Amino acid sequence: MQTNIIIAGVGGQGILTIASIIDLAAMQQGLQVKQAEVHGMSQRGGAVESHLRISDSVIYSDLIPKGKANLILAIEPMESLRYLPFLASDGMVVTATEPFKNINNYPEEQAIKDEIAKTGKHIFVDAENLAREAGNLKAFNTVMLGAAANYIGISKDALEKAIESYFSAKGEAVVQLNIKAFRLGAAAI
Amino acid sequence: MDTQLLLGAEAIALAAIDAGISGVYAYPGTPSTEITEYIQQSPIARQKGVHSTWATNEKTAYEAALGMSYAGKRSLVCMKHVGLNVAADAFLNSAITGVNGGMVVVVADDPSMHSSQNEQDTRVYGKFAFLPVIEPSNQQETYDAIRYAFDLSEQQNLPVLFRVTTRLSHSRAVVKQQPPREENILNPSKEKRKWILLPANARNNYQQLLEKQTTLASLSEQSFLNKTIAGNGTKAIIAFGIAYNYVMEVKQAENLDIPVLKISQYPLPDKLIKEFTDKYDDILIAEEGYPAYEEYLKGYFGNKKFRGRLDGALPRTGELSPDVVAKAMGVESDTFRTIPSIVAGRPPMLCQGCSHRDVFDALNAIFAEYPEQHVFSDIGCYTLGALPPFNAINTCVDMGASVTMAKGAADAGLHPAVAVIGDSTFTHSGITGLLDAVNDKSAITLIISDNSTTAMTGGQDSAGTGKLAEICKGIGVEESHIRTFVPLKKNHDENVIILKEELEYKGVSVIIAQRECVQTASRKKRQENKK
Ligand code: SF4
Repeated sequence: MQTNIIIAGVGGQGILTIASIIDLAAMQQGLQVKQAEVHGMSQRGGAVESHLRISDSVIYSDLIPKGKANLILAIEPMESLRYLPFLASDGMVVTATEPFKNINNYPEEQAIKDEIAKTGKHIFVDAENLAREAGNLKAFNTVMLGAAANYIGISKDALEKAIESYFSAKGEAVVQLNIKAFRLGAAAI
Repeated sequence: MDTQLLLGAEAIALAAIDAGISGVYAYPGTPSTEITEYIQQSPIARQKGVHSTWATNEKTAYEAALGMSYAGKRSLVCMKHVGLNVAADAFLNSAITGVNGGMVVVVADDPSMHSSQNEQDTRVYGKFAFLPVIEPSNQQETYDAIRYAFDLSEQQNLPVLFRVTTRLSHSRAVVKQQPPREENILNPSKEKRKWILLPANARNNYQQLLEKQTTLASLSEQSFLNKTIAGNGTKAIIAFGIAYNYVMEVKQAENLDIPVLKISQYPLPDKLIKEFTDKYDDILIAEEGYPAYEEYLKGYFGNKKFRGRLDGALPRTGELSPDVVAKAMGVESDTFRTIPSIVAGRPPMLCQGCSHRDVFDALNAIFAEYPEQHVFSDIGCYTLGALPPFNAINTCVDMGASVTMAKGAADAGLHPAVAVIGDSTFTHSGITGLLDAVNDKSAITLIISDNSTTAMTGGQDSAGTGKLAEICKGIGVEESHIRTFVPLKKNHDENVIILKEELEYKGVSVIIAQRECVQTASRKKRQENKK
């Protein structure tokens, strides 16, 4: 079993939170994990991504080879397209619908949707509204994790357990908020 | 023992703590920053009293680590590749003095220049200094190799150079910890002569260093870091450091029966290399960075059996990837989806509300009045002032070069000669250049865009916080030409006037544009709210 995931977004959006929760879940399941991330300059509002690999046998490369990503999980719609060369022919794109426009040549939103639809297997998630429903916009990333949960290769129970351990230091209220967000995301698809 | 998910950088830090270091010395630089940060935040390191404050620059860091080693304790010094250029004088000479307590020099290279000005390959420095070099391929090996490097350093009385690259430093994997070791006792070096590099001593030490090379090579022969992975056929691969991962990825995915020699310790294990290379007549050399060892193995007249970055089997520049390695291994690539043409670039940019923005706005406003509009700048977040909408700076060469390049241009007659530098970069390498300008009475205007932190690497402490005006005064800048303003929109007009006055002054003037980085300010606020 091997799952390759690219988590994509814009610097400052917190893609590493999602990566850390999946890492934790995988480790708690006794799986191997490799997770390459972007630090430094690009984090200032630039495009950022994390290559995340989970497997029950040894993982060599920290980077996912082209055409081998089972899932692109994007926190921002245009960013889901930037990593298409990595997507496997039967791979899944799960993306938030809310654009992050910090550039003045941001493409037309419908054109982005059309391109995403061309990939065949895709899910649009209105994460902002779902996070609000869960109780806090900050739960945006856990909503996205919930929406992608079927394609991560780890059970939802295990992911929820990881959410608990990830947020436990911040108190029970934050844990519950994120569990709720995760479930709303999972139910939305 | 414990297993945990660690970045390569964190694996280095944890291993160093477990190896019994008494201090880490560093100036922040991507991709090496997280090593020192991890030690600073480690409760165990804090409890042990491991020294871990930031140094003013890589040279002072290096020399302090060497001093700690002189005192008999284990020390770690960390920097990014270009930082080693700053510390190069101390580094090369420390190979001649040797060490007392174990000393490991971690240098994080940045092939593909994710956040750097060049791609230099630190292994070349290792060869240049005749020091052992270790280049692990994964996070667990990184942990194990750091512990080994400290032992090696003490056994051989030499600093050990430890090279990682961005990919390893910033990638996480599960790492298993080993039992920690106690710190060394204070035991200052009794070998009085070896540390004094007067010619007579230095010649002697240098001779000894050269004589050690055979021992170092034979240690590589036996090292757990170098090994052969069996396979059949006439084609083979020598994979160095992290390149090993890409080779093995392809070998595993494609089920290739191809022999691989993995090298992670230098100087090269001669026997191992000879035995391996004699057996095959087509050998791919996969190394991250320069074709340093490909060139060496090929020899001057170009032994045809070696392929790699020199003959185009692999790209000459940039970071390796599983895809380029697969192609070099003869694997036909499938066709992949392409990036749709509507996808726009999203370059990094200054944060909203960043003080550098107001500095550049003021500068651009005043420049409209001058025929010559050139700004010498430096390395930090403000380098992003080169991009639209500011287009406000013309140079970024190395730490501190803004000051001295402006001086040179002023000496050539350019007016105004303006330099923009951050507070951390100013104390790192700008001070001495400013002293030159003062001594020569060069007509430069230096703007220190002071946000009280080392912002680009994530907001580490800056050595000159609260002292910049005093420093400038102390090295002789006239007090009336040390001006301070607050870069805010509402002060724009006032700030433009101050700039105008100082640009017109035909001597050294310094303008300190003082406002805290909004990122560190909001982080501090969050931490205070928590309390
Ligand atoms: S991190 Fe600080 S200094 Fe850097 S761009 Fe953002 S606000 Fe400006």
